[in-house]
Amino acid sequence: MSRRQLIVLAVVLALACALPFLVSNYRTFQFTLVLVYAIALLGLNILTGYNGQISLGHGAFYAIGAYCTAILMDKFGVPYWATLPVAGAVCLVAGFLFGLPALRLEGLYLALATFALGVSLPQLLKNHHVEKWTGGVQGIVISKPDAPFGLPLSPDQWLYFFSLAVAILMFALARNLLRGRIGRAMVAIRDHHIAAETMGVDTAMVKSLSFGVSAMYTGVAGALGAIAVQFVAPDSFNIFLSIVFLVGIVVGGLASITGAIYGALFIQFVPNIADELSKAAPWAIFGVFLILFVYLMPAGVAGALRMALARWQAKRQND
Amino acid sequence: MKRFFVPAAVLVSLALASPAALAQKKYDPGASDKEIKVGHINPYSGPASAYGTIGKAIGAYFRKVNDEGGVNGRKIVFITYDDGYSPPKTVEMARKLVEQDEVLLVFQPLGTPPNSAIHKYMNAKKVPQLFVATGATKWNDPKNYPWTMGWQPNYQTEGSIYAQHILKTKPNAKIGVLYQNDDYGKDYLKGFKDGLGAKAGMIVKEVSYEVADPTVDSQIVQLQASGADTFFNITTPKFAAQAIRKAYDIGWKPVHYLNNVSASVGTVLTPAGLDKSVGLISTQYLKDPTDKAWANDAAVLAWTAFMKKYYPEGSLIAGENFYGWNVAQTMVQVLKQAGDNLTRENVMKQAASLKDFVLPGALPGIKLNTSPTDFAPFESVQLIRFDGKEWVRFGEVMGK
Repeated sequence: MSRRQLIVLAVVLALACALPFLVSNYRTFQFTLVLVYAIALLGLNILTGYNGQISLGHGAFYAIGAYCTAILMDKFGVPYWATLPVAGAVCLVAGFLFGLPALRLEGLYLALATFALGVSLPQLLKNHHVEKWTGGVQGIVISKPDAPFGLPLSPDQWLYFFSLAVAILMFALARNLLRGRIGRAMVAIRDHHIAAETMGVDTAMVKSLSFGVSAMYTGVAGALGAIAVQFVAPDSFNIFLSIVFLVGIVVGGLASITGAIYGALFIQFVPNIADELSKAAPWAIFGVFLILFVYLMPAGVAGALRMALARWQAKRQND
Repeated sequence: MKRFFVPAAVLVSLALASPAALAQKKYDPGASDKEIKVGHINPYSGPASAYGTIGKAIGAYFRKVNDEGGVNGRKIVFITYDDGYSPPKTVEMARKLVEQDEVLLVFQPLGTPPNSAIHKYMNAKKVPQLFVATGATKWNDPKNYPWTMGWQPNYQTEGSIYAQHILKTKPNAKIGVLYQNDDYGKDYLKGFKDGLGAKAGMIVKEVSYEVADPTVDSQIVQLQASGADTFFNITTPKFAAQAIRKAYDIGWKPVHYLNNVSASVGTVLTPAGLDKSVGLISTQYLKDPTDKAWANDAAVLAWTAFMKKYYPEGSLIAGENFYGWNVAQTMVQVLKQAGDNLTRENVMKQAASLKDFVLPGALPGIKLNTSPTDFAPFESVQLIRFDGKEWVRFGEVMGK
């Protein structure tokens, strides 16, 4: 990282830490959800943005992560923080296993297969064989953790900082992964998989792995989301969630790590703005916003910022 | 000395009197001399958006109340948000209403999962979660959840009423039950068995189905084979239509009780076949504004006039708009009773002390009653029977 990038990062982190003390608990809760979505979007971006595999079913992994946490907390009394690695591991395995057969599917066919996963999971959660674990349609209510060590923070503030710490860790890991050999292999497969194979990239392995890692990120996000919302039910994870994730990464910026954050801000706040503008057709307003974004920033928010910065630098050099 | 004593005495007595003077007007967040903020969450989008019109009808009714001077001189500020029937969104919206908009209470959130998601939160915050739009029995639990209250007759109440009717009219019945295998179905079944009490052995066969099942044909065949002569049908609309049709087609002719959830002529009986639905028994608690019997009823006329003036784009055949008009009146009644003491505690206290309150839209003889140990406003219903064209009421109002 350049010196300027480090300064920007430090300023952003300082702002993120100051935020819960500047706004109400309700806003803090909303920003916690932004962090949660950012992790989920980063997961989907690893798969779709970097590896070029389209998933319309990431809501399913989000749900698996959320249910892992809820069941562990509710039935086994596991502390909330300990459920995150479990949720991540379960989703890593689930994603990897789903990725293996999905290898035979390309582009739109893969999108359909993942769509099937996304639509079927909420119904499977209601199945009576698993009902005693998942609570059926009623879902599971979990309690919100208090700040530990007697820290003078409200539960919302504490959860925000906890999510922030998890998000920083996950983003740092993603950066290392994507900037390294595996990341380059992923991008190579996306851009030209035959060329990548000729270069000695184990296409099958890298693709399955991308699926697994991507699912793990989304699963961890689901787990955090469940703790923040304190409730999971099949209705929380309908197919719309998966579509919204896809919207988030496109608006934020495909194949961009910071894009996940912009996308998360978009999917958290724009529907609320739309709802305030019109009760009759909130999603029509949302659609207008979406079209505006796509037209004005075709490479997503991250791409637009990158271009603006490049233009500014070019201008400064010319002057 | 005396000169000092008099003003001192006046001051002391003023100081003593002032708490009493303040006690006349007491406010929690969301209430003031001028207004009362009522929060509301409804699915305007998403899978249950057909119910979105309830929120609009409620908003229209509050506009009418405000035009007529408000409640005890205060205007109702109605803040309504869309949750798209998604529980996490309901949590977010409830928090927005309570923490940001600072409403006095949250009114009529719709659906069992969305309400379950905010149940704990509302009670921890001690903010009334009033007249929720779901029939689950768990909203009547004043001991553990003193800040939550339902409105419509709950599933257990209804189930026990069918049981009472069977005990009275057919004490030797052999009963078959078909139920949806989830909390809704089990809620009904529990009420039904409680209603039968010691005679629960009258149930000769219980079968269930999953929401994901394509049909309930095999279940109906099983019930017929069990020799049951009375059928309690606890199903949601699609399955109800299948069950009615299948029972008729295989020549099984039990006394058929159909839960109120699926009592719609348009969405259940018509697809099942109106001729195959003759003799079905169900329940009602509100007047049906499309029923010719009520065409000249004062309440239905008042509702029609209200719709034309305040919600002209709303449908006059949608039961949801009639429902919204009625539930909003219940809310206004509670606020009226609360007078100038607009604390959250007093709002709950007033909601829990409805005494024989008559809603114009309720069927004759059905009154709303609540108490500190009874958080179920509607506890009586009227039995209805289908005559091939429409539902016809019969017998007395049943229940408490």
